[in-house]
Amino acid sequence: MSTVWQFLTARRGGKSWDWTDVFTWFWLIGGVILMFGPAVWLVNSSFKTPAALAEFPPSILPYVTAQIAVPGHDKPLDLYEVTDEAGKVRVLAEIRRIGIVSQMIDPAKPEEIIKVPIEQRKAKRSVSFSFDNYVKPFLAFDFFLYLRNSVFVTVMATIITLLTNSMAAFALSKYNFTGRSFVMLIIVATLMVPLSVILVPLYSVISAMGLFNSLWGVILPTVATPTGVFMLRQYMLTIPDELLDAARMDKASEWQIYWRIILPLTAPALAVLAIFSVVWRWNDFLWPLIVLSRKELYTLQVGLNVYAGELNVEWHYILAMTVVTMIPVVIVFIFLQKFITAGIAGTGLK
Amino acid sequence: MANALTMLSERAGAIIMAPVRLLAMAFDPPLRLWQKWTGQNGMAAFFLAPNLAVFGIFVLFPLVINFAYSMTGGAALFLEDRVYVGADQYERLFTCQSYLDPKGCAEDLFWTAVWNTGLFVVLQVALMTVVALITALVLNRDLRARSFWRAVFFFPVLLSPVVVGLIWRWILQRQGLLNYGMLEMGFEPVTWLAERNWAFTAAILVSVWAHVGFYALILLAGLQAIPRDLYEAAEMDGTRPARMFWRITLPLLAPNLLVVLVLTLIRAVQIFDEVYVLTGGGPGTSTLFITQYIYEVGFASLLRNPGLASAASILMGGVLVVLTLIQLGIARRNELRSGKR
Amino acid sequence: MVKVKSLLGAFALSLAASTAFAGDVRMMWYSDGVEGEVMADLVARFNKENPGINVILDNVAYKVVQEQLPVELEAGTGPDIARVTNIKALANHWLDLTPHVADPAYWQANFGDQFDWMRPDGSTAIPGFMTQITLTGGYANKTLFEQAGVPLPGETATWDEWVEAAGKVQDSQKLNAAIAIDRSGHRISGPNVSFGSNYIAADRMPGPLDDGAKAFAEKLVKWTADGRMNKEIWVSAAGTTYRPAIDDFVNGQIAYYYSGSWQISALSTKIGKNFDWVATGSPCGPTACSGLPGGAALVGIKYTKNAAEVGKVMDFFAREDIVREFTERTLFLPAHKGVIGGKIDFKTDDANVKAALESYVKATTKVHANAGALPAWKWGSVYYGALVTRISQVMAGEMPLADAYVKIDEDIKAKVEEASKKQ
Repeated sequence: MSTVWQFLTARRGGKSWDWTDVFTWFWLIGGVILMFGPAVWLVNSSFKTPAALAEFPPSILPYVTAQIAVPGHDKPLDLYEVTDEAGKVRVLAEIRRIGIVSQMIDPAKPEEIIKVPIEQRKAKRSVSFSFDNYVKPFLAFDFFLYLRNSVFVTVMATIITLLTNSMAAFALSKYNFTGRSFVMLIIVATLMVPLSVILVPLYSVISAMGLFNSLWGVILPTVATPTGVFMLRQYMLTIPDELLDAARMDKASEWQIYWRIILPLTAPALAVLAIFSVVWRWNDFLWPLIVLSRKELYTLQVGLNVYAGELNVEWHYILAMTVVTMIPVVIVFIFLQKFITAGIAGTGLK
Repeated sequence: MANALTMLSERAGAIIMAPVRLLAMAFDPPLRLWQKWTGQNGMAAFFLAPNLAVFGIFVLFPLVINFAYSMTGGAALFLEDRVYVGADQYERLFTCQSYLDPKGCAEDLFWTAVWNTGLFVVLQVALMTVVALITALVLNRDLRARSFWRAVFFFPVLLSPVVVGLIWRWILQRQGLLNYGMLEMGFEPVTWLAERNWAFTAAILVSVWAHVGFYALILLAGLQAIPRDLYEAAEMDGTRPARMFWRITLPLLAPNLLVVLVLTLIRAVQIFDEVYVLTGGGPGTSTLFITQYIYEVGFASLLRNPGLASAASILMGGVLVVLTLIQLGIARRNELRSGKR
Repeated sequence: MVKVKSLLGAFALSLAASTAFAGDVRMMWYSDGVEGEVMADLVARFNKENPGINVILDNVAYKVVQEQLPVELEAGTGPDIARVTNIKALANHWLDLTPHVADPAYWQANFGDQFDWMRPDGSTAIPGFMTQITLTGGYANKTLFEQAGVPLPGETATWDEWVEAAGKVQDSQKLNAAIAIDRSGHRISGPNVSFGSNYIAADRMPGPLDDGAKAFAEKLVKWTADGRMNKEIWVSAAGTTYRPAIDDFVNGQIAYYYSGSWQISALSTKIGKNFDWVATGSPCGPTACSGLPGGAALVGIKYTKNAAEVGKVMDFFAREDIVREFTERTLFLPAHKGVIGGKIDFKTDDANVKAALESYVKATTKVHANAGALPAWKWGSVYYGALVTRISQVMAGEMPLADAYVKIDEDIKAKVEEASKKQ
């Protein structure tokens, strides 16, 4: 315990605390609560039954009403804590409720029926995680098929993105040719055209190319990210030209220069782009929803939206599946996170 | 543990890379021929081609078609079935008694969305930059387990916008977690998402929550590039920390701050997914933003009007191009200043 | 290089996707509750009984049916069969099943009443059948009424009487609001008709907003301002976004909830034994006590390459025993005349559910002609959209009612004009 405290309170140079230290810890701890809190709440809610989800005030942990099997009754009965006029609390089982009066029995003496006004009873509840939310979609829906499609889309899109973007960035950073500034201008000008702006025309293009209801129709429109080209180019500008010239002296071909020199030296920036590409493609929702209408092609994000109907949304399943789909992204992040700051620092954004 | 993980991932990487390496080697001979034939600049064309092809087909071409759409009318979806109407759609968007009062416009919702977006952009960009800066400064201190703290702030960037909107709607709705907390502490519950100002504030805060980690990292990268000895020298001179911040940190961080400013600006103009899920544009129309307007007019409503939606999106695209050109200008100035090309 | 390969791959894949195998029938289906599972069972049974035909059930999000399917249809593609709600506006794309089904007379006799909902005006086609009929109507939290000592208003009670009674419950039980109505123009159209409104002008085009609709809009705004009607549902979205108020009712936060028959099974699972609830039909206005009928239809798509197989599949799902099983398991109101006439044994042990379903069957008889005509009218959704967009703005205090009336008429006019621009 004391080591934990020592760890937490350790500070630079062993000097005494000043207001900046207090503020730092305020910010960090506030950050943990604000940033993680909502996500923890999401994970926690995903274990609740539909009834518990709709409940207010919300319970912190998922609860269900405790039940007891009583001889003479086919089904288990719900248990309630009943407070009588004298303020004494008893645990009773409810047989049925008629209007505002509840007919109850003491599980120990099942013969005698006690009538209790319902405001005097409170459900006796116990913590219970509703794994059904997870199990049922796994069984009823082709979870692994959707997973395969999602992985395929994410991996292919990321590989193609890295390859085409790095090649383009190489050309734009290390060659002098006419029209270079023009190409650069177009790429940057469309840096952030939101999908919704070109939704309808893009749809016509896709359906004219016969890519409708095909995973490639999801992958191809996303791979030429201007952001990626821009980022990689900025990074490659920092690679000295002398390296390239030396290689050319040694009769290296341009392809070898790209492959053997540029790519390895751009690794941190590529890692950053890989992370973003994986996160973007994995979370893509609107576009796949529009392109894919056959279940054997669904990605996870599209698949889990089957639970969104016209008039009702089955939140308990959507929540559970959302949690499942978050896991791979978090894993990728944990593996690659050491590159993030280094990569961003080097991408010319400094 | 962490070392083992790194080793594992490196070894796995090496195994995966082996066939890729072979493939790359196989590409070399034909490409040498190509290079001999076209020279070095022909190779530039080769490197550019794949990206430009995809980019042209799936981004540029649709943009051009979009412009064509904006000159047509009717509810038909495919260009060949639509009626040419000239600038009618733009005229409709600009039919207003006064541009300052959306209510007098033919498309009052468009102008409401324009003004809402404007206000949102100003407030959100300011807040985002300040919060990102503070977070970066905090993370730049000598912290133990800095990568953990970094991950804490970065983590929401990994969530999909739909999930972000959903989480916060559940927290903020009348029967949500926040009101429960307020009740427990003896306050009256507030209908956060049904009050104009609260809903607008919530839209800003949630979008900051979701993206601040990314911008904080850009600023952190800038902070770490500032040479330590500058501070040490200043400390020798007895400079106060506040003065050091204004005289050393801020000026040296300015390029990064500008990048953050422009990036947040561009993203704020297009704000959509998370706010759409969070507030649906309400209460009333107080969080209705341009992208939502375009989406509803052109795609989501039962009787679509793709012409009007395209016209609105062309206008918005124009604003975005101006903003990105500003960014390009800044980037170029930075390049010149740092002496590269 | 890789580019070429990926394009080739794309080409091959798209080829594979576009050649439908003979005998394959793709059915696009969305679900509000358990009907997707029930349908999957029934499809499996069909495939077993008919080895030559392979029905593939694509369970999709409602968004796909609403936003993507129309685009596919306009491009002349799409599934072979689809479950849709926007049946009138897209009626040009449905397949006339008359030559493909075994016994058109059976279809006419059992589903004929709703064919006009799903075919262009004047057509005599058999486009499909309603998987379920819905009717808007109210639900009262009986337990809350009893706790407050307020008697439930009777069958002929007016909207004012319901709101007043629910208001007493609200005051005595310290509720957030007395009533709630789903945020949807469709939901308030039954009441509008009860107040004497008729959206359809003599030329079958949208008429201007009339006094009946204005009278009810005025009441909605007043109830919201008085804190009787739950403000958050209507106010916390812009445009035509649908927001159900079911959670407030489930939590016992309101005494009266106006929604529709489709909520029955959701209410049953979410409320359980927490309180007793009753379906009340629609409260009355000066003209009628009408709800608004509607529902989802299963239709054949004109662009199918396997029309004969589509006919066989549709015949199977329209069979009386299949419709009955579907109805009993999904707790939906059936459209099939024979099923309605026979005995339906709904698969539930919740007494509230059975009573509610019976109440809805009774309420069907009170549907006013003006409401009954709306499902077969192609401009319905335009009218609903304009109503919900503008009335919610009034509730949020953004414009006075008088302005909203003007805007509603303008919105509808602009939409109709735009839609009638054709080559």
